Amino acid sequence: MNELFDMPSYLEHSYFGLVGLHLREALLPVLAGLLVALPVAQLCVRFRWLYPPVMWVTTVLYAIPSLAFFVILIDYTGLSELTVMIPLAVYSLVVLVPAIVDGVRSVPQETLAAATAMGLGPVRRYLQVQLPIAAPAILAGLRVASVSSISLVSVGMLIGNEGALGNMLDAGLKYDQPRLVWLSVLGTAVLAILVDALLIVLRVLLTPWMPRGTRKGSRTLVAKEAAR
Amino acid sequence: MNVLNFISAFFNDSAHWQGYDGIPTRVAEHVQYTLMALAIAAAVGLPVGLLTGHTGRGGNTLALIATSARALPSFGLMVLMFILLGLGMAPVMIPLVVLAVPPILVTTYEAMRSVDPAPVDAARGMGMGEAGVLFRVELPMALPLIFSGLRSAAIQIVSTATIAAYVSFGGLGRYIIDGLYQRDYEKVVGGATLVAAMALTTLAVFWAVGRITVSPGVRRRG
Repeated sequence: MNELFDMPSYLEHSYFGLVGLHLREALLPVLAGLLVALPVAQLCVRFRWLYPPVMWVTTVLYAIPSLAFFVILIDYTGLSELTVMIPLAVYSLVVLVPAIVDGVRSVPQETLAAATAMGLGPVRRYLQVQLPIAAPAILAGLRVASVSSISLVSVGMLIGNEGALGNMLDAGLKYDQPRLVWLSVLGTAVLAILVDALLIVLRVLLTPWMPRGTRKGSRTLVAKEAAR
Repeated sequence: MNVLNFISAFFNDSAHWQGYDGIPTRVAEHVQYTLMALAIAAAVGLPVGLLTGHTGRGGNTLALIATSARALPSFGLMVLMFILLGLGMAPVMIPLVVLAVPPILVTTYEAMRSVDPAPVDAARGMGMGEAGVLFRVELPMALPLIFSGLRSAAIQIVSTATIAAYVSFGGLGRYIIDGLYQRDYEKVVGGATLVAAMALTTLAVFWAVGRITVSPGVRRRG
């Protein structure tokens, strides 16, 4: 069993060390993307004219291939994790901004009016009414962003072993060890499925008022995010 | 402005414009990979999406298939297929198709489901058959959303076809990977610029195709 998970020493991590690294390199950018997307989306909801140009900019940034993006950043951030994480954060914006805008816009006017009538200020109204109602849409966006981020981290291997689990792909080819390639592919896929499942659980926990069986609603949202 | 200098140096070097490793050859290869993968993915995704969307059955199964396909890492899959199948077109096409099918499949299904039911009822009332309803009512109305799925698939293919160079294939990734190994930054940045330009061209092509094929009535509603 030990031999199965033996790693070449130049990877500098055990298998589960690489799994941890992979999670960090994939999910920190999504978190950063969420922190940027929340205020940007709020501005887009507030000033409607801002939304189309913001979408144009993010779509164009999304069109830059990950490998090209990594390579261009090497000049500024060197061969580091940051070089992989910045593009991933940018890509997550493309999914998260429209998800949050759609979610916040879907809050009915009457609900907002009721909140105002109950004496909620703009900040509390945003935190206690708009965000919770937008939660399913936001989490649908987070699911798509996290899964694609986990898949893309592997490409970081090409710029000098910054790809966590992806680093094993190169090692597998170099030393003719298909075992390492299988471990990398299956490990990444399992990681993506687990994170996806965790986010579904989180949605159920965060939105206790929604009936358990509303798979259809969240499926529609995921489909809409996937189309970006 | 380092990057800009590299870009202009790359494109002004006449050696980059001819021969086997010239820009025209590499662009043609990249376009070929992209079109092939998109055609296969569309041939799989569109009919299945249209039919399931029309009948409204199997949505959960589709979502499950799409989620698991999306979980597979394209780069890893490409290396794995290369090991299993050796040098050939299949190791490149399989990951690209796996990457492109979920957005096409899921958006096509949802596009068909979100068609306004009133015109569909009207068409049935006028005596249209199932095929007529599908191709002459639902499809034209679902077209903008279907295109957005195809567009997103195409852009992901263009950008992912770059990594085919790692398993010794051609295409624009050649410049990036060779440049990295040869420590030739000019080449790397030049290649990256070309791929980005191709992705933007894809956006423009889809915008133009949408403009031409989507009926004005549907466009004004959306």
